Amino acid sequence: MRWTCAARRIEPVLKVENLSVSFVTRMGTTKAVDDISFTVDKGKITAIIGESGSGKSVACYSLLGLVPQPPGRIDGGRALFHDQDLLQLDPTALRKIRGRDIAMIFQDPMTCLNPYMTIGRQLMEPLLYHKKVSRAQARSRALELLEEVGIRDPVSTIDNYPHQFSGGMRQRVMIAMALINEPELLIADEPTTALDVTIQAQILKLLASLQAKRDIGVLFISHDLAVVADIADQIVVMQQGRIVEAGKRDAIFRNASHPYTQKLLHAIPHGGKPGERPVCEPLVTVRNLCTWFGSRKSPVKAVDDVSFDILRGEVLGLVGESGSGKSTIGRSLLRLVPVTSGEVRFEDTDVTALQGRALKNLRRRMQFIFQDPFASLNPRMTVYDTLAEPLLLHGLESRGTVGAHVLKLMDDVGLARAFVRKYPHEFSGGQRQRIAIGRALATRPEFVVADEPVSALDVTIQAQILALMQELGREYGLTMLFISHDLSVVRQLADRIVVLHKGTIVEQAGTEDLFERPQQAYTRQLLQSIPGRTLLNLDAPLGESTA
Amino acid sequence: MNTSTITDISEAEQGTSLWRDAWLRLRRNRLAVFGLAVLLVFVIIAILTPWIAPYGYAQQQLAVGATPPSAAHWLGTDIFGRDLLTQIMYGGRVSLAVGFIATAVALVIGITWGAVAGYVGGKVDAVMMRLVDILYALPFMIFIVLLMVVFGRNMLLLFLAIGAVEWLTMARIMRSQVQTLRQQEFVEAAISLGLSPATIIRRHLVPNALGPIIVYTTLTIPSVMLLEAFLSFLGLGVQPPQTSWGLLISYGAETMEEYPWLLLYPGLALILTLFSLNFLGDGLRDALDVRSAKD
Repeated sequence: MRWTCAARRIEPVLKVENLSVSFVTRMGTTKAVDDISFTVDKGKITAIIGESGSGKSVACYSLLGLVPQPPGRIDGGRALFHDQDLLQLDPTALRKIRGRDIAMIFQDPMTCLNPYMTIGRQLMEPLLYHKKVSRAQARSRALELLEEVGIRDPVSTIDNYPHQFSGGMRQRVMIAMALINEPELLIADEPTTALDVTIQAQILKLLASLQAKRDIGVLFISHDLAVVADIADQIVVMQQGRIVEAGKRDAIFRNASHPYTQKLLHAIPHGGKPGERPVCEPLVTVRNLCTWFGSRKSPVKAVDDVSFDILRGEVLGLVGESGSGKSTIGRSLLRLVPVTSGEVRFEDTDVTALQGRALKNLRRRMQFIFQDPFASLNPRMTVYDTLAEPLLLHGLESRGTVGAHVLKLMDDVGLARAFVRKYPHEFSGGQRQRIAIGRALATRPEFVVADEPVSALDVTIQAQILALMQELGREYGLTMLFISHDLSVVRQLADRIVVLHKGTIVEQAGTEDLFERPQQAYTRQLLQSIPGRTLLNLDAPLGESTA
Repeated sequence: MNTSTITDISEAEQGTSLWRDAWLRLRRNRLAVFGLAVLLVFVIIAILTPWIAPYGYAQQQLAVGATPPSAAHWLGTDIFGRDLLTQIMYGGRVSLAVGFIATAVALVIGITWGAVAGYVGGKVDAVMMRLVDILYALPFMIFIVLLMVVFGRNMLLLFLAIGAVEWLTMARIMRSQVQTLRQQEFVEAAISLGLSPATIIRRHLVPNALGPIIVYTTLTIPSVMLLEAFLSFLGLGVQPPQTSWGLLISYGAETMEEYPWLLLYPGLALILTLFSLNFLGDGLRDALDVRSAKD
């Protein structure tokens, strides 16, 4: 922005020293951020990595006075932004800086845009608020920026409402909004977590190029090392409010010294599934499956003429972006959505024709594991009730004997027996997903559809749940349809992969074949979008990927 | 409660945990326990009134007239010399019965209707809710007068008539709750387990929709009691010498300048009941919301 950078002298935009933040509640005082120091250099990206609860967001929000006090309390430290300590500023002065000199991008572009305002008005708002410009000037500046962040045809879309944009486009709008006042520091809080892989790759690339062009400092918050692997200059790893390791990206990736960093690195999914299984007969056959929604005249073809087999004992990966119809296929197989036409055979029975008792009996043998463990458990049922319900329903146990079976299930999915009387909200995401897996396996099904079972979880928890699913899959002799947008996760588990795009199958092949020799352009594009690809092959030189 | 060395679940722990846990939590809420106790005492008094009332409810002493509280008449007498305490006790029978029974009728119909409409959706929902709209549009008074004309005046009919009007809002609240909940994955999980729609509504939807329902119920009971007073005032509800709190209050209000106790004591009885209901309602809502109180 200011063109004094010819000398290429690295100067910090933001310098945080010994910041401590705690939360005071009736239960006592919790230290959320404990004595952390880091810097963000001009024109560089500093990434803060940590799991949820590690204090990474609290640290950054407290800089902007966005942590409500009380219960929050800043215990000490300094945050120097151009020689002024942000922590000492009064709310009015801070509000001036926020949005003008320091801008933020949030995780969820849907909830952060006002649904009742056109994006044009929302874009112009910070400009009109912070700078003395006319409406016409503000509008032309908004158009320029929309163009720059890659919104097609900004002139005709500027007066649209947020819901008329896709998730990726909304995130671009958010970025434009953050950049409109030419800030010197950009704080991005998990800006790609809610997005598909291909969109994520585009957004990361856009962020990196805009940042390089404007020479601004970026503080990038993420739970996923792989995401920042390609763009960060500095990496700060946080755990339980403390910085456990910090350094240049290459140093962190090549020789991380702290065990927690190593654990995070290890949790990045890579490599394939060991061992090949003998091919046997299909358990589920899908032929010409169509699932359409909406009116008969102009239906939305969520799934359009799809055919594939799932062999007994295999894990079939189903990969695609959101909107590709992959979840709808999973739900169609289990009759959770009405099938428009086509055939789904489980062994020799046509699933699409079943009714009443026959359908109920089949449901004992086919189960579903949902994406969001916060929504898929009844909040008013204890673990005991949740796990006992399927057993009692299908008459596998009586009221008197079900207790022992519930405890056995809890052992299987790695939950402590002491939790049996607890409610879902008392558990973490990973533990909740274990409960959901336990419920799905309670009736000893032969076939399980897992719909993005780990995408709502932190990376290290992801690795644990995937390991659990692999182990239980073997133990229970499961056949699995594993649905995911994340190719690197699917690679770990799947024997074969079906790639889906806009409701139709693009390609299907054995996992290694697909990764080594993708046949279709779309598959190649998906493969190239996997974050942290540089990590998958650590021998390759690092460094060029930021371009 | 449990230790890490559990090997089996005892018999005592069987059963629906939600209700048992809710009861345990409710017992720790002092205000709610107070509310429950007051209501229980009122109900017991109401049931026993014919045996424990100091005087007969129609027993007049015209010579005495209206007297302030005294040793013979603890809460005083009205202009006909009737004992006010006795009147309040008999009035409580009518008011409490109307309040609880009419609300119970509204609850049962409203929750069932709303849950079915919200869960099934589509055409069924459209038809069911249009019916609700039509009933909403019917002038309430005409509806009640019609019922009275056709079936004659009768206490039971009064309960049913009020209940039949109050369930409409209940059904709407329930439907919107169920529509939101139905989208959640735990309902889909229940379907994929093979549960029948009735079981899903009973076990998974209704317990999760109870919060707003309970709040609305605690608002409905007092409004039903006042509705009864209004109807009685118009000559459609209970008739003298039978009485109710609502009637006592409206007579008391007419004479409050000369005989303030005639308004004060029936009013206190009603207010105490409403307070207790609200405390109990709030307590129930918190107790049933497993997230609210951490043990």
